[in-house]
Amino acid sequence: MTLQDKLAILSDAARYDASCASSGTSRRDSTKGGLGSTEGSGICHAYAPDGRCISLLKILMTNFCIYDCAYCVNRVSSNTPRARFTPEEVVHLTIEFYRRNYIEGLFLSSGIIRSPDRTMEDMVRIARTLREREGFKGYIHLKTIPDAAPELIEQAGLYADRLSVNVELPTDAAVAAYAPEKSPATIRGAMADVKTRRAATKERSHTGKRPPRFAPAGQSTQMIVGADGSNDATILTTSTKLYGDFGLKRVYYSAFSPIPDASAKLPLIQPPLLREHRLYQADWLMRFYGFEADEITAATPDGNLDLAVDPKLAWALAHRALFPVEVQRAEKPLLLRVPGFGTRTVQRILATRRHRTLRWDDLKRMGANLRNARPFISLADWSPGKLTDTADLRARFAPPPEQLSLF
Amino acid sequence: MPTIDLPRLHTAQAWRDAARTLLARGTPPEDVLWTYASPAQSDLFAAPEAAPRAAGQITVPKGFVALADSVCWHADPERFARLYAFLWRLRDRPSLMQDRGDADLARLRGMEKNVHRCAHKMKAFVRFRDLQTDTNRRRFAAWFEPTHHTVEPTAPFFTRRFADMDWVIATPDVTARFESGTLSFEAGAPRPDLPEDAAEELWGTYFRNIFNPARVKVHAMTSEMPRKYWKNMPETRHIPELLATAERRAREMAEAAPSLPPVRAGRILDRLHAERSFTPVTLDDLRARAEEESRDSRPGYGRIVLGEGPMPASLMIVGEQPGDEEDRAGRPFVGPAGQLFDREAGAAGLDRSTAYVTNAVKRFKYTMRGKRRIHQAPDRGDVEHAKWWIRQEIALVKPQLILAMGATAAETLTGQRAGILSRRGTIEETEFGPVLLTVHPSYLLRLPDRDARARGTEAFRGDLAAAVARLG
Repeated sequence: MTLQDKLAILSDAARYDASCASSGTSRRDSTKGGLGSTEGSGICHAYAPDGRCISLLKILMTNFCIYDCAYCVNRVSSNTPRARFTPEEVVHLTIEFYRRNYIEGLFLSSGIIRSPDRTMEDMVRIARTLREREGFKGYIHLKTIPDAAPELIEQAGLYADRLSVNVELPTDAAVAAYAPEKSPATIRGAMADVKTRRAATKERSHTGKRPPRFAPAGQSTQMIVGADGSNDATILTTSTKLYGDFGLKRVYYSAFSPIPDASAKLPLIQPPLLREHRLYQADWLMRFYGFEADEITAATPDGNLDLAVDPKLAWALAHRALFPVEVQRAEKPLLLRVPGFGTRTVQRILATRRHRTLRWDDLKRMGANLRNARPFISLADWSPGKLTDTADLRARFAPPPEQLSLF
Repeated sequence: MPTIDLPRLHTAQAWRDAARTLLARGTPPEDVLWTYASPAQSDLFAAPEAAPRAAGQITVPKGFVALADSVCWHADPERFARLYAFLWRLRDRPSLMQDRGDADLARLRGMEKNVHRCAHKMKAFVRFRDLQTDTNRRRFAAWFEPTHHTVEPTAPFFTRRFADMDWVIATPDVTARFESGTLSFEAGAPRPDLPEDAAEELWGTYFRNIFNPARVKVHAMTSEMPRKYWKNMPETRHIPELLATAERRAREMAEAAPSLPPVRAGRILDRLHAERSFTPVTLDDLRARAEEESRDSRPGYGRIVLGEGPMPASLMIVGEQPGDEEDRAGRPFVGPAGQLFDREAGAAGLDRSTAYVTNAVKRFKYTMRGKRRIHQAPDRGDVEHAKWWIRQEIALVKPQLILAMGATAAETLTGQRAGILSRRGTIEETEFGPVLLTVHPSYLLRLPDRDARARGTEAFRGDLAAAVARLG
């Protein structure tokens, strides 16, 4: 099997991992030797026609796997073609792609083969070779194997920028049903372990020295959306817990997507892309806008997010008594709740209104989405009047109902 | 009317020098004509024709310099005049810099954003080709067509990233060259003929296979990777084919009937499940299993030491992990902490031989210091790993009460290790039944102060007595 064939199989197998972030790690460059740099913000070097960014070389070391997770293309019971990279091949691909400016670094994951320790050991060897032999300063993301020995996780954290373990499904019951060989407790244990080690390396020793940094870009995880019956309220509550308990940098939501040679246990559906998008919006509201998970999901009776309008707008429509907000005077937490105002717009409003009275055109220039904000704000030269309370306000935002095709 | 002609290179610095002079002279914006790289300027590196610097310090609000340094690289011919006009307004109203609603500032900020975006896209979309030289340093070259004049401000990024190779980024505007650690700029050039690079085919394979045909989002792709960049990016030639076949591929996946699993799948799963579902019927089964596992030793860990005592037993006592002596003896609670425990248990009226005594973590964890094995505290992974064993023991012993001594035992049984000193003496309901918490005897041994140790020991004895009382 040529390198070309292996790359085809093992990148195909890796495409269901949503994470491709290369940001938020320590700053380094190669001016004092080696190759590569990381400068805070990540870079997306290309975009695939599925709209996902390509920042890292995202591959599996091997797609042989002894687990039988129903949603996964690499499960043991699937007839997908199998391949395995040697550590040297992964190093070669990473370095050659990096030198041509195709990628920011490597995102290495793997199927579980005979022993978790052996698999993790090979992954750590690749990271170590890149760092020590090749002097590679770019980004490395390793997917850790929850059952692997703690010493291996420790080494992985010293070479990698980010570590991640996928929780896969929103509830323990769903994991038991669709990924029977995985243990949610072990996964959580692994995440807690990474958190503890990260905290430990932030403390200076008595001589004032800092220990080598452990996974400086933190850890992330991924949940598949739409494979099991969990509603959005359950998913967002799980994320809140994950962010809180393990200090995760990101929780990725991945719409359950058709895979080749699917399992009979889990019929294929059209991937719920819009739902995935709404979950990300809700996730943002929780992390940057001061919303709580239950506030966002309370707007609908079934605990799922409104697909027709975004979650912030849905919340505002359900809490019209708080609006219109007086932009000139309202406090920051309330401004952040206005639909159409992003965190930057709010920052700009706060900076400018210290000096003068804000008008409609000012907001336009500050980048506010006034189509959404219109009914919810009042300004020196704008008042929504009865608009805030009109009965058909939601209908003005929601896309017109689509007529089903007869054929 | 003064005409300021700004050079193609070091434009931002030249604008700043010129603006400083004009401002010192009090020249209003409407009296200045700004030109850029006019043909009359023969030498690329010529300094702008500005008057000698006027004396006196010119102060500008924070943030303006960074703004000007970006906007100067924009392609808009008006950029220099706009910057100067805004600078002129700032003289009287420095607070204008914070006024994001001001039309002039909003426009300049917009231009700044364009330049940043253009620089970012250059960092992302430049594609090097290997020039295949047999020199010591590898050599690469790229052809790129930026929207704004971003080559000069962005080149340092490439020097930081690719310091160990020589490279050229040629553009129609300016060409950046990095050789043996020195960055230089020269005039732009027409598109050079670059040699074919085999890596592009590998990269194309990756691009084709990382794409998921079941989720086509063309707009999301083109808004971040506009078509104007495509012609210089080798992977984009695959896009039309990927889009044309996506729908069919997704449909085929959905329609394909589930296939029979390969033969090896059944074998692998059987073995995996057999390992997991092992349930010992007697303590001897469990011991046999422990001996088997102890045979493949892990560096830094001792053997698996199980508990001992009657079975079933009404009380189960759980410590932390075996120590050096326990590991050698293969029995729990024989070291100094075990002896202290026996003494206090006797005083509290608890006969150790009526209770099942074991540890939360089963293997002694240590590091070697000389010839001595130094105890290491178990981490979360060790605790998780040992849970299977303790679960089996509890199933066999069927205790009415579990006495958890120390944080590790508390973590194993209640999931929460923090706050032992405030939780001691209380009973918590867990999936394993009621658990009475107390400190670990080795904690008492470590207390340096005699009084504190006496008080701690007394409280410990009290907890043991409470366990006895509870079981009646």
